[in-house]
Amino acid sequence: MKRTIALSINGKSHADEVEPRLLLIHYLREMASLTGPHIACETSTCGACTVMLDGKAVKSCTMFAVQADGRKILTIEGLGTNGKLDPLQEAFWNEHGLQCGFCTPGMILTAKQLLNDNPNPTDEEIRKSIEGNLCRCTGYQHIVNAVKAAAAKAGA
Amino acid sequence: MATTTTKPETLFGKKIRRREDPRLLTGTATYVDDIKMPGMHHACVVRSPHAAARIKSLNVKPALARPGVAAVFTGADVKDLGPIPCGASLPGLRTPHHHILAQDRVYLVGHPVAVVVATDRYIAADAVDLIEVDYEVLPAVSDPEKALAPGAPAVHPQWPDNTAFTFHQEGGDITGAFAQADVVVKQRITSQRLIPTSMETRGVVADWHAGDKSLTLWSSTQIPHLLRTLLAGILGMPENHLRVITPEVGGGFGSKLNVYAEEALMAFVSMRIGKPVKWVESRRENFLCTIHGRGHVDYFELAARRDGTMLGLRLKLIQDLGAYHQLLTPAIPTLSVLMMPGLYKFKNISADIVGVFTNCTPTDAYRGAGRPEATHGIERMVDILAAELKMDPAELRRKNFVGKDEFPFQTATGLAYDSGNYALPLDTALAEIDYPALRREQQQARASGKLMGIGLSTYGEICAIGPSPATPAGGWESATVKIEPSGKITVMTGASPHGQGEETTFAQIVADELGVDIDDVVVLHGDTAVVQYGIGTFGSRGTAIGGTALYYALQELKGKVKKFGAMLLECDDVALAGGKCVDERTGKSVPFAQVAAASYRAMKLPPNTQPGLVATYFWEPPNFTFPFGAHVVITDVDRETGQVSIRRYVAVDDCGKIINPLIVAGQVHGGVAQGLGQALWEQAVYDENGQLLSGELTDYALPRAHMMPWIESSHTETPSPVNPLGVKGVGEAGTIGCSPAVVNSVVDALSHLGVRHIDMPLTPEKVWKLIQGARA
Repeated sequence: MKRTIALSINGKSHADEVEPRLLLIHYLREMASLTGPHIACETSTCGACTVMLDGKAVKSCTMFAVQADGRKILTIEGLGTNGKLDPLQEAFWNEHGLQCGFCTPGMILTAKQLLNDNPNPTDEEIRKSIEGNLCRCTGYQHIVNAVKAAAAKAGA
Repeated sequence: MATTTTKPETLFGKKIRRREDPRLLTGTATYVDDIKMPGMHHACVVRSPHAAARIKSLNVKPALARPGVAAVFTGADVKDLGPIPCGASLPGLRTPHHHILAQDRVYLVGHPVAVVVATDRYIAADAVDLIEVDYEVLPAVSDPEKALAPGAPAVHPQWPDNTAFTFHQEGGDITGAFAQADVVVKQRITSQRLIPTSMETRGVVADWHAGDKSLTLWSSTQIPHLLRTLLAGILGMPENHLRVITPEVGGGFGSKLNVYAEEALMAFVSMRIGKPVKWVESRRENFLCTIHGRGHVDYFELAARRDGTMLGLRLKLIQDLGAYHQLLTPAIPTLSVLMMPGLYKFKNISADIVGVFTNCTPTDAYRGAGRPEATHGIERMVDILAAELKMDPAELRRKNFVGKDEFPFQTATGLAYDSGNYALPLDTALAEIDYPALRREQQQARASGKLMGIGLSTYGEICAIGPSPATPAGGWESATVKIEPSGKITVMTGASPHGQGEETTFAQIVADELGVDIDDVVVLHGDTAVVQYGIGTFGSRGTAIGGTALYYALQELKGKVKKFGAMLLECDDVALAGGKCVDERTGKSVPFAQVAAASYRAMKLPPNTQPGLVATYFWEPPNFTFPFGAHVVITDVDRETGQVSIRRYVAVDDCGKIINPLIVAGQVHGGVAQGLGQALWEQAVYDENGQLLSGELTDYALPRAHMMPWIESSHTETPSPVNPLGVKGVGEAGTIGCSPAVVNSVVDALSHLGVRHIDMPLTPEKVWKLIQGARA
């Protein structure tokens, strides 16, 4: 039996009929046509599907779409403003914090939450905060550099 | 018309941020799973839960009755389609017929048995559970050494010895070398099975056009053109009716250098249902059905003189092949043999490979493909010899290095190393860590009961794979470069990058050669209808071969541009700079846009010149390239827990000339992460029934951010003489250099306890047991 959900995604209102078992990641990708968040494990171990729910980074493969009813979601597509990249996106670009790019949207949103909570993280704190997001390409070093650079720029 | 020009700064060697990044950073890139088409159906594959079984019966009716299910296909439907190809040829190779779907028997867990097609991916997944398969379970074997034992279950009943091939290679006088030796050290060394785990799993979308009997297939692959040729063969379809597109590819590491059953299966399904169909691999399927890497049991014997001069190396290599040959499965261990002398000058080798069938996922090319196993072997053996002779491992290496004046150097395995200065990265790395001071610190640490190790590896590798006679398909690469009528530049490369950044590196080459702004260059790849035939990206070949093809295409194009420029400027010769053709005598110039427009408008043509500005070059490399380097790892081992901590990781790599240092650093870091994964954490574990116990990301220890040390990466630059760019390749270096340095470091930390060797991964349990054993 389908249920109606109403939520805000990247500042826009959405209302859809969904099956109760529909995962949030599938709702975002297939019904809302936002393919920035990716699917890479379905067991909430990799973080490629990370989006922000009411300002907190969550793994959207481990939530049902109906649980997002009435909530505010931010996906990577909504991160920049007026066509300008967010400082984290810019820093990932400058520091070569991505290679194949598949983990990048989730990685950036997780880093976003870190910088919201802790504007001046140490390397150790950055590594701890992104440990739930897997990257197979970069060895994480340039990602750490990128998060540091974004933090430094925000503090400057 | 401008009269002055400034020569633009060259971009070769500059940290240019990547041009592919904006789409990836904003979530607007298109990977296979992002493709949506009208009428698109979704496929889900029914797979065997058993490693060996006979299919007694199969009932698809309950699935077909589920609303939303469009079709179910089984082995009988595809029995006449060609087998999944193996591109490797070895004398006497036994190749099982690899059907797209199982016929009457399954050979591994995950073996595809049927495919369900539905209007929705949830319905397709539901319907998979409705398919009834009655299996008669048979004995299976998952360990390659057990598979070779008499009486082992036969993976393929027609070959009861489970031996797919044996292969012998010899160089020099191995018997003489061992007869002369003062000392022979022997060791069994394993390189465990690994799961490549690109973050994007595989995926396929197939779209059949009945009207013109053509098919478009999107696949997450490293080899679009080879896939098209081989798929046409499987499907019995004219190759020119098939178009393969690789959209954004989320990593491959060799695992997408292949042709898989699902690619052919989706093409078949789309043809049968007359609709587009999508299949995206789950992570569980990715672990079971995409190739694995490594899977070696190696027996090494190294002969040397008392003074440390290495004389010869014997290897018996047992390769776990899995149940089938994928594209290159049997060829991978032969690469190990080529690389077995490492950077050392001894000229006597002997190698015997036994390729063994097991009821497991096929092994094939995974980052390094045969070279990490060989390097791990020789670098461990050198350390074991150093311990035996009580020599310093750095000194022993220096004594045996091929000298910097000995290039090109002919190896006993038939290679010609192109260029090198092997002592330089080692000396650089040891100076960086202050080696003598660390050795003193180690003495003190031991005196106070602490376990600290210093490990080296000096690795070499075979890159730019490779000259065509040495590769299963062609080993060349292609490039087309064209100046559009507006003066903008489009490159089409046969290489098919998937994270390596060649849209940037290649644009740097173009900008330098033509003297244009990098923002005027676009690099296209990965579409057989757009790009001339190409080979693909693997074996650290993209820039060294693809970049060189582009370089030569640019030389041809420049000749043509100059002809048109000289015609317009009414002079004999022009230089190219700042996006213009310049008459250097008068300073007069004409912008590319005007030259291009004139070439396409063709009101007037230079003598013997066709209209338009396009050049295509297929470059056949005369040799491989041979990068090298030294990795030094300092570890602290916790006596109570066996936990290994990496205090410092110093990598000095020489990959020839560096075009973009940012990208090269990224390749080194990522490579080291995969090497560390093998050294410390990762392992594909099968139980004796052939069940993959490490079958999900929850059970397979991939490196995470907090597990990685800081990598201190630097370079020496020894140009390759093989190509005009002087580049060698760097995609696999980090992985190849890493694992022996880590294991050597931990063995060094425990050596005074009598530990001589530890097999990977160096789990705390394994290390702790060794420490306990030494105490007992």
